[in-house]
Amino acid sequence: MQTSAEIATESIQYKSEVKDLSFYYNTFNALKNINMVLHDKKITALIGPSGCGKSTFLRCFNRMHDLYPGNRYEGEIMLYPDDVNILAQNVDPIEVRMRISMVFQKPNPFPKSIYENVAYGLRVRGVKQRAILDEKIETALRNSALWDEVKDRLHELAFNLSGGQQQRLCIARALATEPEIMLFDEPTSALDPIATASIEELIADLKSKVTILIVTHNMQQAARVSDYTAYMYLGELIEFDMTDTIFIKPKNKQTEDYITGRFG
Amino acid sequence: MAVKSHNKVNHPGRLGYSFKRHLHERFIELLLFMSALLSVAIMIAIIAMLVKESYVFFQHVSLWDFLTDTQWTPLFDDAHYGIMPLVAGTLVSSMVALMVALPLGTIIAIYLSEFAPFSVREIAKPFLELLGGVPTVVYGYFALLFVTPLLQIIFPELPGFSLLSAGLVMGIMIIPYVSSMTEDAMRAVPMHLREGSYAMGATRFQTAIRVVMPAAFSGIAAAYILGISRAIGETMVVAIAAGMQPNLTWNPMEPAATITAYIVQVSLGDLPHGSIGYQTIFAAGLTLLLMTLVFNIFGHMLRKRYREIY
Repeated sequence: MQTSAEIATESIQYKSEVKDLSFYYNTFNALKNINMVLHDKKITALIGPSGCGKSTFLRCFNRMHDLYPGNRYEGEIMLYPDDVNILAQNVDPIEVRMRISMVFQKPNPFPKSIYENVAYGLRVRGVKQRAILDEKIETALRNSALWDEVKDRLHELAFNLSGGQQQRLCIARALATEPEIMLFDEPTSALDPIATASIEELIADLKSKVTILIVTHNMQQAARVSDYTAYMYLGELIEFDMTDTIFIKPKNKQTEDYITGRFG
Repeated sequence: MAVKSHNKVNHPGRLGYSFKRHLHERFIELLLFMSALLSVAIMIAIIAMLVKESYVFFQHVSLWDFLTDTQWTPLFDDAHYGIMPLVAGTLVSSMVALMVALPLGTIIAIYLSEFAPFSVREIAKPFLELLGGVPTVVYGYFALLFVTPLLQIIFPELPGFSLLSAGLVMGIMIIPYVSSMTEDAMRAVPMHLREGSYAMGATRFQTAIRVVMPAAFSGIAAAYILGISRAIGETMVVAIAAGMQPNLTWNPMEPAATITAYIVQVSLGDLPHGSIGYQTIFAAGLTLLLMTLVFNIFGHMLRKRYREIY
């Protein structure tokens, strides 16, 4: 957590800026005119009741919606320092995903060995040299606090790992390609409290390397790990501020009701 | 059980033991069990018949001759009973068929499952299924009267009957089986695995090849095994287009008989029951069954080893 003075000096260091973003599933208007920023190398949490559009919003950042027909974006998500709108027609979603990686709600390791799971992103980028792969995979597994548990069985199937280990493997997979932003879509909702604690600790550690946007159902989690919090409701961004402010003295009555559990 | 006796005293109510419901359930169970038993019983009956009749055959011909003799002329005066020419014909025509059906079937499945828009899939699938519904005798004449002359333009020395022509058409015939089962297996792979791959910056093709296919491996193996079994057991196409001369060759450009073609040929003739020529059918049939059994067991082992765990 930071003081507001610190924030003020850093306020220009945005990693990304969302401008008037609206999103449509066919005719359904799922996101309405969202404006917010992602601070560089900080953790931003998205909270709100089910169906408020948190995940939809998150998935705009890596153009996941492009996989399904009938989806439409309006507005801009600027990526800095490139100053590029990643939603623009001429931006290749594959290039976006190469720089903005994602960890899903349910651990989804591929039906491959632990090693090959982490190597996946590098391999699709055409990396072939064994030495480079070995080194990057070890780094990614160390950064996701999994190395000591798996170093002797890198070539075993990833399915043999526990749920928490699988999720850390998915984080290692997303880290191996050295992304600039990491998106977490409720990464601990399928895990037990101990595994959840280790994932939260990991996310907090990753802040030094990468900008993080995390969707969470769990308000304590948002309070524990994030620097900034955005409260969403029915596709709208109700309030966005430093996490302390949101949780201690939110400006909006609706946010306060949600935070204090009177609603949602 | 305590609940049951307690209820019997008063009103049976919802917890009571309903004899009627129980009987009904047992009846359904029995019916299902009988249906399952029937297929097993038929299988056992077929094997018993083949083994019994083959036993008579092997009273006259030694197993050694059966496996090592290079000629199959059971109907000639100078009779030879070497199964190898028929096995070779079966394997060569099946090989040709599988070289067509497995790659094409797989490619079609990848396209339909991972690339094709909904509208294309809705149109293409019924057509593919139609391909599987064409009677095999039609395929046989298609091979003999259309494909063979076409191949003769490329290979002028190709005889009128050949394993190549029969095998190619058989391959086309098997495509729908391979493609539809492979596609089902691929589509059963959960979306979150695909999304995981796309989120790493993979293309559609990379996702299909590196994630979806390995995840669907056991289903794809089942599709391939079915294709192999169909190729080995296919009768009409080879009987019509490959010629019926038993011929020990590994060259697909030659005419030859397969096990199935031989069985048809002999069954159509008027061989007296109990004659040695008649008994050969069963020995050949048993060989065929063993061949498909080997592939099925192999496939089962593969599937057990790489079963789906999402």
